[in-house]
Amino acid sequence: MKRYTIFVITENFIGILNRITIIFTRRGINIDALTASESRVDGIHRITIEVTTSEEMVIQLVNQIEKVIDVIKAFYHEDEGVVYQEIALYKIPVTRLDGGLEKIIRQHNAKIIAAEPQFVVLELSGHKEQTQELLEILKGYGLLEFARSGRVAVAKRMVTIDDFIK
Amino acid sequence: MKDSMIRGADIVVESLIAEQAEIIFGYPGGAIMPVYDALYDYHEQIKHVLTRHEQGAIHAAQGYARVSGKVGVCLATSGPGATNLITGLADAQIDSTPLVCITGQVAAHLLGTDAFQETDVVGISMPGTKWNVQVRRVEDIAPAIAKGFYIARSGRPGPVLIDITKNAQVDFGEMNYTPCLGFRSYKVHLPVEKTAIQQAADLINKAERPYVLYGQGVVLGKAETELKFFLDKTGIPAASTLLGSGALSQDHPCFVGKLGMHGNYAPNLLTNQCDVLIAVGMRFDDRVTGDLKRYAKQAKVIHLELDPAEVNKNVKADVPVLGDCKESLSMLTEAVEKKSHPEWLAKFRELEQLEKEAVMQHDISPTKNGLTMGEVINQINQYKADDAVLVTDVGQHQMIAWRYFNYKKPHTQITSGGLGTMGFALPAALGAQLYDYSRQVICVVGDGGIQMTIQELGTIMQTKAPVKIVLLNNNYLGMVRQWQQMFFDKRYSFTELDNPEFIKIAEAYGIKAQRVNARGELTEAIEDMLIYDGSYFLEVMVEKEDNVFPMIATGCSVEEVRLS
Repeated sequence: MKRYTIFVITENFIGILNRITIIFTRRGINIDALTASESRVDGIHRITIEVTTSEEMVIQLVNQIEKVIDVIKAFYHEDEGVVYQEIALYKIPVTRLDGGLEKIIRQHNAKIIAAEPQFVVLELSGHKEQTQELLEILKGYGLLEFARSGRVAVAKRMVTIDDFIK
Repeated sequence: MKDSMIRGADIVVESLIAEQAEIIFGYPGGAIMPVYDALYDYHEQIKHVLTRHEQGAIHAAQGYARVSGKVGVCLATSGPGATNLITGLADAQIDSTPLVCITGQVAAHLLGTDAFQETDVVGISMPGTKWNVQVRRVEDIAPAIAKGFYIARSGRPGPVLIDITKNAQVDFGEMNYTPCLGFRSYKVHLPVEKTAIQQAADLINKAERPYVLYGQGVVLGKAETELKFFLDKTGIPAASTLLGSGALSQDHPCFVGKLGMHGNYAPNLLTNQCDVLIAVGMRFDDRVTGDLKRYAKQAKVIHLELDPAEVNKNVKADVPVLGDCKESLSMLTEAVEKKSHPEWLAKFRELEQLEKEAVMQHDISPTKNGLTMGEVINQINQYKADDAVLVTDVGQHQMIAWRYFNYKKPHTQITSGGLGTMGFALPAALGAQLYDYSRQVICVVGDGGIQMTIQELGTIMQTKAPVKIVLLNNNYLGMVRQWQQMFFDKRYSFTELDNPEFIKIAEAYGIKAQRVNARGELTEAIEDMLIYDGSYFLEVMVEKEDNVFPMIATGCSVEEVRLS
């Protein structure tokens, strides 16, 4: 079992995400995180899916995804093959702000992106391990809410969408 | 509005005509009524067959597609009409049958409101179609149908569903049909790589006990001649899968039998003794391989396959040869040395003898009073035409008919292989027959399966399709009963059937019918049926508790194939 990032380059058609996710459902594979966005090219979307599974399975998943008619290309990488980032938001009660917390924010390079009379919201971007570490610490500061995005990633391999739509 | 504009419903029908569809199998209803209204005007250009149930329509379209190699077309209304297609879609998807199914849908402004007969058929059919789409605007109809036909018939064929909202059918638009010739996200198939051919040829040239397994891919790829030439040159023993039957004449000296759970003894057993396994257009279904951990482990595997997702899915290929097998087989034939394998072939014949004594003797020339399914098929062989099409349902009769039917020509085997859909045979036989009235179409069916779609006798009556229906009646759901006997201590849980008088049912539909109770009546009855000009219903009362052998039980290895 290993963590893999699957990249899917697709036409921007209705239902495409459903077509892709049912492939995982059918094989009983849990999607750890998923993000979808536009790509550099108009009309083409990219979906980034994070899964923890065997390489054998990830190959079959990618083959099945690529069979979806409106998918242009699907491929996968191990963590070493991608540059990736996640964003996490932490909501902390104002009453718990003190010097200790200030030090923690500085140490982790987190930012305060909103301040309201009752709470502040901290933001940290990084790998899951980093946002997780801050999460564990902030649990001691009356953490009110926590949210983390799926992985956004680009492959280290020097290929572009243009290579797939030639 | 310009004069050149026509209704969306007319665009639907004209698009089908532009794709050279000859026949539509369908059933009308509210949301598809505009298209039915249009069909009224086009009845001279395109034929419509009214089945008695939408499941009948889609299985008929499958039968038509399988026998013709063309795209089967099916029409249904929204809601229940659409959901009744689902079994057929799943069946066509797993058996790679090209279909275009058009369903009506509630008007676009009602979508998502639980309107009358509204169902999310695009959502429901997503996993069971090669592609599906909802069309909500008249201008999108023709491009969707063009794309649908292209997807259904190209690459690895499959079913397509196009859901058209009622407003799109009644709105007016321009008809200028442009056939689809491809689009960027869809690769039909990869080109055959020369290096892969060379690697495969090297393995084959060095092999002492090479073995060919061929599947429906050969038929779908129209590569029957290429397969024959390859075998003529290499002399390699070849066995067929269930759906591959017919791709090679059984008279060919290299033909050694059929593979799988109820296939022949030698072809299964010797899979684990070959040194090079050449799989052509087949997908190593679990019914073929048995326990994968003990499947052909000693062999180098060459896999000629169009669909990249099938390579290394179940069996790891040492040399995958991706691409169209029509191309790869002829390239491979060029690259291999002329050879023969008499000793290796003799081994198959030797084991075949064992099967003859232990199984076939009983099946074909029984000593007991009761009729066997095997002797019925054997008698059919004596009188059938070389290109007679065998259409079967699912269960014991299917396995027996397949085992004993003498396949000589392509497109003669129509059965529900992957999905195992009971109720498939009767409508599929109708569809196959409507492609060619002059062709002998023999529908072999069990007493369980026929009752799942028996209403299609009505369609056979109305179309006067001269289908020959052979009902092998053992008053049991025979295959389930066999499993209950073998693996569940003979606890016959809900498998015995109290059946109606089938002859009367057939006669009520105006179909000539006859029942055979004893051996002495069989030959003449089959002869009568096959020469009869028109549809014919022959019920044969067979042994109640007979079993199909050989058998590879679930979880067993191919080498554990049992003769009793």
